[in-house]
Amino acid sequence: MIEIRFHGRGGQGAVIASRLLAEAAFIEGKDVQAFPFFGVERRGAPVTAFTKVDDRPIRVKSMIYEPDYVIVLDTALLEYINVGEGLKDDGRILINAPAAMAAEYKKKLGATVDVVDGTGIALEHGLGSRESPIVNTSMVGAFAKTGVVSIESVAEAVKRQVKRKVEPNIQAARDAFDMVEMEVAE
Amino acid sequence: MRKVITGNHAAAYGAKLSRPGVIAAYPITPQTTVVEYIADFIADGELDCKFIKVESEHSAMSACISAQNTGVRSFTASSAHGLALMHEMLMWAAAARLPIVMVNINRAMGPPWSIWADHQDSIAQRDTGWMQIYCENNQEVLDTTIMSYRVSESSDILMPSMLTEDAFYLSHTVEPVDIPDQELVDEFLPSYEPRYKLDVDEPYGFGSLVMPDNFLEFRYLMAKAYDTAKERIVEVDREFEKTFGRSYGGLVEHYRTEDADYLLVASGTNSSTTREVVDQLRNEGEKVGMARVRVFRPFPVDDVRALAKGVKAIGVIDRTYTYGAFGPFYTEILAALYGQEERPLLKNYLVGIGGRDVRPRDIRDVYKNLVKVSREGLDEEMTWHGLVGPGGDA
Amino acid sequence: MTIPFDKLTPTPITYDKEMKLKTGSWRTFKPVIDNEKCIKCFICWKFCPDVSVIVEDEDSFPEINYEYCKGCGICAHECPKDAIDMEKEV
Repeated sequence: MIEIRFHGRGGQGAVIASRLLAEAAFIEGKDVQAFPFFGVERRGAPVTAFTKVDDRPIRVKSMIYEPDYVIVLDTALLEYINVGEGLKDDGRILINAPAAMAAEYKKKLGATVDVVDGTGIALEHGLGSRESPIVNTSMVGAFAKTGVVSIESVAEAVKRQVKRKVEPNIQAARDAFDMVEMEVAE
Repeated sequence: MRKVITGNHAAAYGAKLSRPGVIAAYPITPQTTVVEYIADFIADGELDCKFIKVESEHSAMSACISAQNTGVRSFTASSAHGLALMHEMLMWAAAARLPIVMVNINRAMGPPWSIWADHQDSIAQRDTGWMQIYCENNQEVLDTTIMSYRVSESSDILMPSMLTEDAFYLSHTVEPVDIPDQELVDEFLPSYEPRYKLDVDEPYGFGSLVMPDNFLEFRYLMAKAYDTAKERIVEVDREFEKTFGRSYGGLVEHYRTEDADYLLVASGTNSSTTREVVDQLRNEGEKVGMARVRVFRPFPVDDVRALAKGVKAIGVIDRTYTYGAFGPFYTEILAALYGQEERPLLKNYLVGIGGRDVRPRDIRDVYKNLVKVSREGLDEEMTWHGLVGPGGDA
Repeated sequence: MTIPFDKLTPTPITYDKEMKLKTGSWRTFKPVIDNEKCIKCFICWKFCPDVSVIVEDEDSFPEINYEYCKGCGICAHECPKDAIDMEKEV
């Protein structure tokens, strides 16, 4: 089973991101589960969401404590949340940040860190506003670089699940996929 | 068609496929999205149904009762405090023999205020006369909604059904769910044709007074209907499998119970996690199985008695505590086994109260403790698993 | 008298096909409508708790169904023209 944990703030789309990733894996024939941390969701408040992907039926209903991957939608969270908590030794953290920040976050978190400028990509495609960009499709697109799901499945998942600005969201996912630099063993 | 949807979406699909004529519901976390999905179906023209907006859950159930009295199939959904507010009308619906189907999202009762998974809300409605089915996953929520109408509307049953899904663990979690074709559902579930309904051409008085010389007989008829329901739930589950390829074990689902020395009894989503742990333990050579008590009312007394034969110990996992007693599933099982020749050791474990996350290691702890007390003798009848504080096991 | 359970309808209903329980016999005073005073407002019809004021159509005077009228007097009390008298049964 592959377990992915999302950290964002209310309004950035972390819950939808977790569902998009589940849908993409489902398209590839996997069993999936996705859910938000069962809290009270409000705009701006920290939000955690989870996605589980497996070849076998997923039966454990608990939250994710030892993720294979962590996706951070907002770097402001790094100040007061240990996003790397429980991360598996060979796990990776994908952060929404400009490429220049990679080394700093890697040092801070002591883990394999990949960065992609999800905010820049989202704004370029008119997703959300400057004060409140919606970065979920960009971040899931970039995550496809891990090979857990393909970028084509992500595009199809966006078509199925996103109701507005479908094409800009797909393009954001593709741009993020192309831009992210990730060393992944083939 | 398979879709990745939440338990609440699955409940809405189950209702839609059952073609109710009236839906009346009042929103409450974590049930709200059931109502929203249904409103979408109606707005999009996918569901031809009268949605009655109401000012409370008491009114929601009253509206369903009225609709059902005129011979119209109805549906509602609620949770926790909303369900509690329905209490009086739940009793009315059952004793008036109106086969309403509702989905309850199992949520803890406050205070302290909580929106998380706990079975106290539906257990507190145990004696209202509603059948209660505890679902394990989103697919079962959808399928059980359809099956419940079939069982409830049987002319020799005519009792309402309440199916439940654990708050958030099902209500807000997406999983792949097969959405059956409407034509197949229509074949499986005929339209609702009650013998007695409000009809100007054939007038009857409904809900009027009965003297002490006949109340007892009316209650006895309900008891008989419940006996019939035990058989019908199993039959309908089998017929559902023939049409849709899925079944849920009827009243009690057995999982790897053959040759088991130890038995874990679970319900709701706890049984899903327990299933995984049973597999792990079997791989480690442990002789353990799970019995998922799916139907709490009518309580499957005979099935429980049969299960207890040949096992050393049974650990009953409950997701709520009834004040001043034990977990509700434990109490029922304890009562069922009294007087039996073979009585295995029985212990109650309260696990996941108020939405405390239940991990595989929690179920393993329960199993380990069960084996221990089976060998060394019972330490206490009921353990508050995960309790933090003096004497707690966390 | 107790009806055996196998003769009861599962749905608790009450019915009396012959309408045998003719409550008219409960009456001490009976309402009598004076058509000279009646203005066909049908307030008596609206208020009767036992559906015992019969109105055939809007042009006809209301009539009392004495087989079921219990003689409660609400119609006489509500009549704006005092067109209904409560007369002692003999």
